[in-house]
Amino acid sequence: MSKFHITTTVNGEAVEYLCDPKQTLLDVLRDELNLTGSKEGCSSGDCGACSVTLDGRLVCSCLVLGVEMQGRSVETIENMAQGEKLHPLQQKFLEAAALQCGFCTPGFLVAAKALLEKNPNPTESEARYWLAGNLCRCTGYDKIIRAVLETAADMRGSK
Amino acid sequence: MSGFQYESPGSVDEAVRLLAGAKGNARVLAGGTDLLVQLRSGAANPDMLVDIKRISELRQISGNAASGFVIGAAVSGAEIGEHKELAKAWPGLVEGMELIGSTQIQGRATPGGNLCNASPAGDCTPGLVAAGAIAVIAGPNGRREIPAEQVPVSPGKTSLAKGEFVVAFKLPPRAKNSGDAYLRMIPRTEMDIAIVGAGVNLTLDASGVCVAARVSLGAVAPTVLLVDAAARALIGSKLDDAALAKLEAAASAAAKPISDKRGTIEYRTKVAGVLARRAAVIARDRARSNA
Repeated sequence: MSKFHITTTVNGEAVEYLCDPKQTLLDVLRDELNLTGSKEGCSSGDCGACSVTLDGRLVCSCLVLGVEMQGRSVETIENMAQGEKLHPLQQKFLEAAALQCGFCTPGFLVAAKALLEKNPNPTESEARYWLAGNLCRCTGYDKIIRAVLETAADMRGSK
Repeated sequence: MSGFQYESPGSVDEAVRLLAGAKGNARVLAGGTDLLVQLRSGAANPDMLVDIKRISELRQISGNAASGFVIGAAVSGAEIGEHKELAKAWPGLVEGMELIGSTQIQGRATPGGNLCNASPAGDCTPGLVAAGAIAVIAGPNGRREIPAEQVPVSPGKTSLAKGEFVVAFKLPPRAKNSGDAYLRMIPRTEMDIAIVGAGVNLTLDASGVCVAARVSLGAVAPTVLLVDAAARALIGSKLDDAALAKLEAAASAAAKPISDKRGTIEYRTKVAGVLARRAAVIARDRARSNA
C-alpha cells in the first residue's frame, strides 16, 4: 500500500507527513512527529491516555486514523503550556499531587482543559462524568477531580 | 492490522461507486469507535475503508420537530447531544446516543455506526426504533428507505447489500403530547455495555389516552426488538398501573436473551419488563408536559 501525503494542522502549525492507512493519529503523533506526550495505554479507546482535540472535539487519538487528518486541526498536550508558563491545570496538578506515575496525566489534562472550555463551572458530578473516559490506576481520582474543580474556581476568579 | 486501501469520498454517489466496485471486503468508516478496535484486534480485515465523514449530507441534522428531523448517519454523539431542538423533541433518542462511551467516544461515535455495527446492545438503536426512524440507504440502484429495525439481522450482520450504506435517519413529524425515553441496565454506573435496554415512544390525546406507542428492547435478542404486544398494552389506556403491568409482562415475554458474564437469562428477562415500564412512565410524563 502506498503512503498518503497528509497536510494538517498540529498545535496551530501546518504540518505535513507521510503515513500508512493503518497508522492511527496516535502513531503519527508519536512516531512521525515526535510528539510523545500523548500516551498509548489501551489502543481501544477505553483509557483516554491518548486524548487530543480534533477540530476542537475531545477524542482518543488511537481511534482516529492518520489518513483522516487531511485539512483537520489537532491539539495535543504539547500545546498546553505556553513556553515555560504552565497552564493553570498543569500547575494545579503539580501542587495538588494529582498524579503519581504520570502516564495518564497528559490525557487527563487535555480532557480537563476541554471540559473547562465548555463548562467553566462544572459540578463535581459533571467533572467526574466528563473525565470518566480517562483511567488512572494510581491516584483513586479524588485528587485529580479536586485539582480540576479548584482550577476552575481559580480561572473563574481571575477573569 | 494489515494493509488496506483508504478512500474518503466527497459525495454519496462516489462512496457507492467505491463500495460497489471494491475488490474484496470493503468497510464503511464513520466514527471508527468500533471498527478501529476491530481492525487492531484482527476481528475485521478489510481490503478497503471508505470514510464517509467528508460527505456533508452525512454530517448534518436538518428539518425540525414539526416536519421531522433528518439526522445524518455520521453525525457524532456530541453533536446530537448539543442539538437543543432535537433533544427537546426526542429526549429518549438523544439520551441513548449520549450513553455510548466516554466524552472522547462521544466526539466520534455515530448513530449510523451504532446501528450498522449490529451489536444487539447498541444504546442508540432502541431509541431510533422506538422513534420509528427510517434508515435512508444509498446503493448502486439508488436510494431506498427501510425501518431502522430492519437494518441489523444478527450480531455483526446487516441487511445491507454490497455497495450500500446508511446515509441518514428520518424521524417522523413530532405530534403534540408526545414523549420518549430510553433506559439501560449496566453493572457499573457509566460506560459499560447494556445488559438490557428499553426504549418507549408514545403520544397521548387531549384527554391523556395513549393513541400511539412503540416499545423497543436491546440486548435481549440477537437484534434490537420492536415489541408490538408491549405497545398494544399501552395504546387505548391512560398509562395507569394496569396498563403498565401489561406492558411489563409483554416486554419480559418478548425478551429472548442469553446468559453471559454481564447477566443471566432470568435476570435480563425480568429487567426487560422493569425497564420498559420505567421508560414508559418517563415517556408518559414527558408527553404530558409537552402539550
